[in-house]
Amino acid sequence: MRPGLDSRLMMRREGFRLDVVLGIDPGQTVALLGPNGAGKTTVVGALSGLVPLDGGYIRLGGRILEDPVTGTLVGPAERRIGVMFQDGVLFPHLSALENVAFGLRSRRVPRREARRRAAGWLEAVGLDALSGRRPDRLSGGQRQRVALARALITEPAMLLLDEPFSALDVSSRAGLRRMLQDHLADFEGPSLLITHDPTEAFLLADRLVVLENGSVVQEGNADQIRLRPASPYAADLAGVNLVVGTASGRVLTVGNHRLVVPEAASGRVIATIHPRAISIHLDRPGGSPRNSWPTRIERIDHHADRVRVQTGHPLPVTAEITPDAQTGLNLAPGSEVWLSVKATEIQVNAG
Amino acid sequence: MTRRLIAGSIAILLVASCGGAGAPDTDRVELLVAAAASLTDAFGDIETAFEDAHPGVDVVLNLGGSSLLREQILANAPVDAFAPADVAIMEEVRAAGLVRGSARVFARNTMAIAVPAGNPGGVTGLDDLARPELLVGLCAETVPCGRFTHQVLRRAGVTAQPDTEEPNVRALLTKVEHGELDTGIVYATDVREAGGAVAIAIPEEHNVTTDYPIAIMSGTSHPETAAAFIAFVLSDEGRALLNRHGFHLP
Amino acid sequence: MTEDQDSIRKASRRSGGRSGTVRRPRRPPAFIAIPATIGLALFALPVLGLLGRAPWRRLATLLGSDLALEALRLSAISSVSAAVISLLLGVPVAWTLCRYDFPGRSLLRGLVLLPMVLPPVVGGAALLFALGRRGLVGSPLYEATGLVLPFSTGGVILAGVFVAMPLMVLTVEGGLRSLDHRFERAAETLGAGRWTVLRRVTIPMIAPSVVAGTALTWARALGEFGATLTFAGNLEGRTQTLPLAVFVALESDRDAALALSLVMVIVSLAVLVALRDHWWRSR
Repeated sequence: MRPGLDSRLMMRREGFRLDVVLGIDPGQTVALLGPNGAGKTTVVGALSGLVPLDGGYIRLGGRILEDPVTGTLVGPAERRIGVMFQDGVLFPHLSALENVAFGLRSRRVPRREARRRAAGWLEAVGLDALSGRRPDRLSGGQRQRVALARALITEPAMLLLDEPFSALDVSSRAGLRRMLQDHLADFEGPSLLITHDPTEAFLLADRLVVLENGSVVQEGNADQIRLRPASPYAADLAGVNLVVGTASGRVLTVGNHRLVVPEAASGRVIATIHPRAISIHLDRPGGSPRNSWPTRIERIDHHADRVRVQTGHPLPVTAEITPDAQTGLNLAPGSEVWLSVKATEIQVNAG
Repeated sequence: MTRRLIAGSIAILLVASCGGAGAPDTDRVELLVAAAASLTDAFGDIETAFEDAHPGVDVVLNLGGSSLLREQILANAPVDAFAPADVAIMEEVRAAGLVRGSARVFARNTMAIAVPAGNPGGVTGLDDLARPELLVGLCAETVPCGRFTHQVLRRAGVTAQPDTEEPNVRALLTKVEHGELDTGIVYATDVREAGGAVAIAIPEEHNVTTDYPIAIMSGTSHPETAAAFIAFVLSDEGRALLNRHGFHLP
Repeated sequence: MTEDQDSIRKASRRSGGRSGTVRRPRRPPAFIAIPATIGLALFALPVLGLLGRAPWRRLATLLGSDLALEALRLSAISSVSAAVISLLLGVPVAWTLCRYDFPGRSLLRGLVLLPMVLPPVVGGAALLFALGRRGLVGSPLYEATGLVLPFSTGGVILAGVFVAMPLMVLTVEGGLRSLDHRFERAAETLGAGRWTVLRRVTIPMIAPSVVAGTALTWARALGEFGATLTFAGNLEGRTQTLPLAVFVALESDRDAALALSLVMVIVSLAVLVALRDHWWRSR
């Protein structure tokens, strides 16, 4: 029995079956990715104890939380799984401070003590100045930070983050992401991040689990999934190139390499480039693409209807082309080629 | 019994809205007669008999507590004829200039003690109305029945302990019939009509005799028909019908 | 922090905050204005009639009479009691109808609304057949305890509960139905037991509906007449509430009746206006 999360979640609904084996070590963060309808919400319901299992088991830190065979069922209140819900789900009639203190008050911590500790947690998420505000007077990003503090204050055995970024605009995401990175690093239990956004998953998780139609299609780190995607969805999701660099105006510097990006930014940024947006040429390309550079092909993977090409120095990326194009260009590992990408195809997120 | 309780109570509430307007130009004459609640059954028979004799006339009875009817008439409700249970009430309407011609007394009544079948309270006379353990109902003093009741009680030197003062004699009687009240004072004619109630006579020296006057209202659009109705009430046929329901005749 | 403030503004606009609401035009077109004016006049005219006829100079004397004071006292006691009982019973009824699925639920829902459409006198008669001394339940109750509900203040309260509680059930059920279940679930994952969830999340969140329901119930019970007269009778100081006193006084002392009516109109209007404002704000 592993000390973190050890579970097999089996559920049957009309026209839908979920069967997921999910294990997470203490201190580890796993991102659960999948398209809409894959069963991500069902996994949240099952782990938090809001929806009972039809089969399988849930063990956390050596404690059996649920086992339909023996009839063991620990209710949501006693599971000690901190949940950060989609949209926060803060209690609208309570202030930020009272929201954070809620879990302690529910566990009969005296009011004064609960409020003192809640104030400490609000400070830890940078919201001590807004402790008296009701949720409707907080921004989306602030609400999610309150939700994080509310989940962490009870010192849960596990952390469950259900689409924490989905309701936020791009500018609020970076702040919350950095905050989550810090807190997840300190958190000693297993963490599960539910998301449909590969960028967030890559940045926050140690390991990715791809869920489709109620079952796990692939598991591994970002590189493993990028190299051998097990399904078109996984390929799409994990194949996205992440580029971390420093921006100054419309120029993004990555190591010694420079990319022109569509909008001005400054400081550390994360850019994403879809593999299909990268073109491969045998000679230096002319015309409109402002970003082009010579490189060498390191590896070629063949899939049913596409070919994934990994390139090396100065900017290691994955490009995706059709099998016809590969034959036409006569590409092989070791070939010297030029890559090009339009500035408009590069998405920039604040890091 | 059930039906009467409901119907009677609804009548109290709806009475304001059913001041059926007369239609003078049509062949069929609608005659609105406002009559005391205690006349309910007797006037029901008279209505049928009168309509048989006058095929073109539709008599509409507005039955209720006499003082409520008085208020409606004082507020100019389109009433053709009025028959309250108390000459004092007719006098008030006459003083307001709303009576056409003069009023005639057409019937007399006395008061009686009503008890439910089986007399569960063991009531034998007026003295029992002072027993606090009995559920006693009286008519409210604002209606004639209530005024007569208080005259009777004063004459007998009894201080009654009422549990309710009903605004309408029929409502009071129904509650006695139903056994919700142990006793109450109503018109002698009412107990004769009542299905489930039994009358206990009030000694003559304590009892009162009440006169029922009837008159044409000055606002009528059918003075001839109204006069014909009153003539019918005063005729031998009308008297026979009143007598059958226990009314004394002048 | 500027980006956060910006998104606050966006959020408050989304949730229909007052600062962001679109200004309404001042005047409706004629085809709406004319029937609307007639409709509003229908509500306003009787009130104006009452105000015009009210014996303003003698008001203090009339309302200081024993009859008026007794009726006011009794109406205050019985309407507040009816509202409190409706609160204690109506909220669980609404809860049951909203949160549980069981056979016959639609029938029960209809049954709960019945007193709203039934003429109150019919309701009063039905109460008498059920809870009167010779009634279905009233008879064994009387045999066992000697308790008689009709002709007592308890009977007045019961009649008020009967006619007014549907308003409580309706409003609270509406509040429960529009409550997002995720709040209760979030509370559970934070370690709250059923009672804590109820006390600290569900009840505070449906509180506006409960307050509205209580006020409506109270106003309805205050105005209750037909069922009270039929079931509880009419006795000064015991069962003669304001509406009954008005009814009796109309036949003897019209000015007293008008003065009492005025009290009811003003009190009820104040409550309903306050309530309407409250709803306005929460929408």
